[in-house]
Amino acid sequence: MNDAIVEKISGVAVPLRGDNIDTDRIIPARYLRCVTFDGLGEHAFEDDRKQDPGHPFNQERFDGASILIVGRNFGCGSSREHAPQSLHKRGIKGVIGQSFAEIFFGNCNAMGIPCMTVDADTCETLFAAAGADPPPLFEIDVSAGTISFGDRSVQGGMPSGPRKSFLTGTWNATAVLLEAADHTDEVASKLPYITGF
Amino acid sequence: MRRTLLDKVWDAHAVRELPNGQTQLFIGLHLIHEVTSPQAFAMLRDLELPVRYPGRTYAAIDHIVPTDDQARPFVDSLAEEMTRSLTASCREHGIEFYDLTSGEQGIVHVIGPEKGLTQPGMTIACGDSHTSTHGAFGAIAFGIGTSQIRDVLASQCLAMSKPELRQIKVTGALQPGVYAKDVVLAIIHALGVKGGVGYAYEYAGPVIEAMTMEERLTVCNMSIEGGARFGYINPDATTIEYLRDRHFAPAEGFDAASDYWRQTASHPDCGYDDIVELAGESIEPMVTWGINPGQAVPVSGRLPVPGEHPDEAASYQEALDYMGFEAGQSINGTPVDIAFVGSCTNGRISDLRIASQVARGNKVAKGVKALIVPGSMSVRRQAEAEGLHEIFQEAGFEWRQPGCSMCLAMNPDKLQGREVCASSSNRNFKGRQGSPTGRTLLMSPAMVAAAAIAGAVVDVRTTMSAARS
Ligand code: SF4
Repeated sequence: MNDAIVEKISGVAVPLRGDNIDTDRIIPARYLRCVTFDGLGEHAFEDDRKQDPGHPFNQERFDGASILIVGRNFGCGSSREHAPQSLHKRGIKGVIGQSFAEIFFGNCNAMGIPCMTVDADTCETLFAAAGADPPPLFEIDVSAGTISFGDRSVQGGMPSGPRKSFLTGTWNATAVLLEAADHTDEVASKLPYITGF
Repeated sequence: MRRTLLDKVWDAHAVRELPNGQTQLFIGLHLIHEVTSPQAFAMLRDLELPVRYPGRTYAAIDHIVPTDDQARPFVDSLAEEMTRSLTASCREHGIEFYDLTSGEQGIVHVIGPEKGLTQPGMTIACGDSHTSTHGAFGAIAFGIGTSQIRDVLASQCLAMSKPELRQIKVTGALQPGVYAKDVVLAIIHALGVKGGVGYAYEYAGPVIEAMTMEERLTVCNMSIEGGARFGYINPDATTIEYLRDRHFAPAEGFDAASDYWRQTASHPDCGYDDIVELAGESIEPMVTWGINPGQAVPVSGRLPVPGEHPDEAASYQEALDYMGFEAGQSINGTPVDIAFVGSCTNGRISDLRIASQVARGNKVAKGVKALIVPGSMSVRRQAEAEGLHEIFQEAGFEWRQPGCSMCLAMNPDKLQGREVCASSSNRNFKGRQGSPTGRTLLMSPAMVAAAAIAGAVVDVRTTMSAARS
């Protein structure tokens, strides 16, 4: 079996309320001064956490969470992969939210982190469920497109492209893109700005 | 077939359909910089892969460079390490690097156009969300993450899904004192910061057509702030004339190239997935009051009252709390501590010219720190040739070296505490300008210069008889 296949993610889910949480908040720009992504995990949401002692990432009961639940337009702002990398280094393997900024969503795909969408009411239900003490176990099932917690299960959304890449283990695009290397050269040879006008 | 520019450029660069339904898209121009690329080279090294088309990648250094003392090694050892890492990777793979010694250093989205690297009909990718800037030339240009930079380095391709296309028509003409920045802030305000998710934007209409290339760059720059991964403007005579004699523009084949560029434009009768119209006359100088670029008001306007906007009540309240503003207050007259003219949105020569007109013969208000940061060494040289630096310095502005500077404060230029900054940049997120509690008011360079002099937000139309350049 291909170990790149991402089918199910289970674990504690950390509920992070709020819309339009941007990449500067996920990882403040001062931590972009690095040449590798190692060590970013401890700085995720650093400024928000300092200003709000009750921030979910400050709460012990969510330590070790592998799923993040968010609101609308999560990850808007910059293209920095530092943002999903910092979440990933903290152990987040899947994200559920009302909507995601496009580049953030793409970055997550490229890292093998499924982002699943739910409507506003379902999101509220998930926030409430995840906030219970002790928090219940959540599971994202990429192939069934469901999110289950306790004895409940709800439907989530994911475009078919990313879903397929998770289920076939082809989300890491480099190898797939290199398969068509000859055809790539052919396309390049027809572009006048490369070959001359 | 009546195809749009998006269709034509997409089709010309499509290598194949991928098993997951996405398109394998050839990337004609790849730009890199020191913040998001060193990690991609490391990934490549792990995979033992070479850079497949090193001649299609160009490197810039902009985010972390100090804009006062640029002596090496940099005082910030991490900045020094990032610079060395990019230098070494470029050398190893044969990539051209416009570093500090090149005389051509600058913000990646400023130097691409000014060197003629950015051309109509290209696909352009860079590990930076404001790559959308280059769409001003009629290119499909978008930001990518580091894993995707690795993909482009390794294969010169990306796996992409084609977005829907929305045409945004700005009709009529702009009033004096209203600039490209105001147009794009008005568009984002009208459509919302997530209004463009899933879309590419085609900006059109008389107001856009009348714009210079530099103004068009300002508009396309902020496409991403409206949620659209890219936006473009159909190439026309303005585009072609801008490219003539640029370093990387074709010299001999220029006429043939011009024909090709013109043909890249959307067919006049093509269809769009959506069309939105905005009346140019109705646009006023805009100022953001909140924590995303959509939270803006005309300078004569009042801040919203959260209770009157049930959908946005929570985010408006959060913004008011962070900014320390009252619901319903006017933005005009808000005191500022810092004024910043620069960034890939408004750090070009025309921006500096406009700001200098406002600054000429005036003085920066007491207690205000005002910075002018040119977008590139070439912009700085041009400004000095025109004597703009003297106008600024006499007025009490600091005249800096090129870089991103206070746009995201990865270098030493940072807000302190809860300082309020009148800024010509593109993002007003919480903490964006280097202080976790700092506050940013986005506006045009003319408005920033006027705020610097008044010490508070003012309507630039009342402080000068602003001639539209
Ligand atoms: S000027 Fe600002 S927005 Fe532009 S590339 Fe630099 S940091 Fe990014």
